[in-house]
Amino acid sequence: MLKVRLIPCLDVKDGRVVKGVQFLDLVDAGDPVEAAKAYDAAGADELCFLDITASHEARGILLDVVRRTAEACFMPLTVGGGVRTVEDIRNLLLAGADKVSINTAAVKNPDFVREASEKFGNQCIVVAIDAKKVSGEGEGPRWEIFTHGGRNPTGIDAIAFARQVTELGAGELLVTSMDRDGTKGGYDLALVRAIADAVSVPVIASGGVGNLDHLVDGVSKGHASAVLAASIFHFGTHTISEAKGYMAKAGLRMRLDEPAHP
Amino acid sequence: MSVVIIDYGSGNLHSAAKAFERAAREAELDCPVIVSSDPAVVAKAERIVLPGVGAYADCRRGLDSVAGMVEALQKRVHEDGRPFMGICVGMQLMATRGLEHTTSYGLDWIHGDVKAIEPQDPALKIPHMGWNTLSLAKPHPLLDGIPTGPDGLHAYFVHSYALAPTDPGDVIATTDYGGPVTAIVGRDNLVGAQFHPEKSQALGLKLIANFLRWRP
Repeated sequence: MLKVRLIPCLDVKDGRVVKGVQFLDLVDAGDPVEAAKAYDAAGADELCFLDITASHEARGILLDVVRRTAEACFMPLTVGGGVRTVEDIRNLLLAGADKVSINTAAVKNPDFVREASEKFGNQCIVVAIDAKKVSGEGEGPRWEIFTHGGRNPTGIDAIAFARQVTELGAGELLVTSMDRDGTKGGYDLALVRAIADAVSVPVIASGGVGNLDHLVDGVSKGHASAVLAASIFHFGTHTISEAKGYMAKAGLRMRLDEPAHP
Repeated sequence: MSVVIIDYGSGNLHSAAKAFERAAREAELDCPVIVSSDPAVVAKAERIVLPGVGAYADCRRGLDSVAGMVEALQKRVHEDGRPFMGICVGMQLMATRGLEHTTSYGLDWIHGDVKAIEPQDPALKIPHMGWNTLSLAKPHPLLDGIPTGPDGLHAYFVHSYALAPTDPGDVIATTDYGGPVTAIVGRDNLVGAQFHPEKSQALGLKLIANFLRWRP
């Protein structure tokens, strides 16, 4: 049986983890490679790096971080943030990323998804969908794609966009509610479920996790194949194994193998 | 003893090489890991690994684009009987044909076609992506000491197509995804894993170490 994946996400800026990983006894809490190793040892099912570096010139630093992480961690690594060209994807994959997530570039030019998946295979192309609810009280639910961290509306319907990029070759969708991100109020389950039920590829729920029930809900109510969270792990509110144990007790199928690392 | 990982332009092999190095170190095997695109190196290799990510036809084209590589592989693996492991699309290339988008021909070492996975449960997503357990179809030295079955260790899969061997005797292990899906094939000195041992943590490192010790 395929297991539900639990994915910690690290925001990386100029080669450093933003906010840091505070619960682990790391020599350097801001070093993404050290944080990645710690999550690998803790039994995370995958790892996600989101590069929030403002300047495109600093990409070399990220590539070096990805390279050193891939050397040290034998787990799948997804890297996103600022991916604009086929060359960006190639560089990340050659550095050791297993999957690359595309966001704004896919919104500006959906055909980029086709180009990327034809070149590298749909298994490594993740489309990150940042959506906000735009329907009013009493209306049927409707979500719109936003770019630039939720600041720029696009007028594009999130569910239609999810269907479109899946047909173009996205192998997986990372669905983030911009209404919930950072609130600790839980995923936007209606959004996650609407997209998961509309497409044939796996969906990762993201944005808003504040407790372990939120993770469970993402799968049981949101129909997600994987759940992503950041701060509840970085700040030590919960450990990966605590979360996986809790999800298993709630009836979800989880991978509870002993980690390979001592 | 050494192992050659074939580089034919199919993605990054650095982390695969690191995983083999680590498995060798932990198993206390003196086994240098060589990443090479040189058919002359493959022709003398003691152990050979053929990785592969992306589309079947692209991988086949990539392999063909290295002059002399297929011939070197055929000779070293098929005639000299050296231990061989295919990984993911590298495993699928061991089949007769791949039916992804178009029909492409594989190495025909394991008779059968690579076809789209069609889970009986329509709610199951494609690609089959993530961690799954293995069901042993028959004992094999590569799975020595690796717990299989529903409570066994997990392997990391990511694929939309799977090899269906003509001879069921070539199936070493399956995984369950709306029905059995081929996870490991093998015959004589050949073995192939649909999943990624280099990403499969404990199970992967054990399987790689078993391959490095294997004397078929």
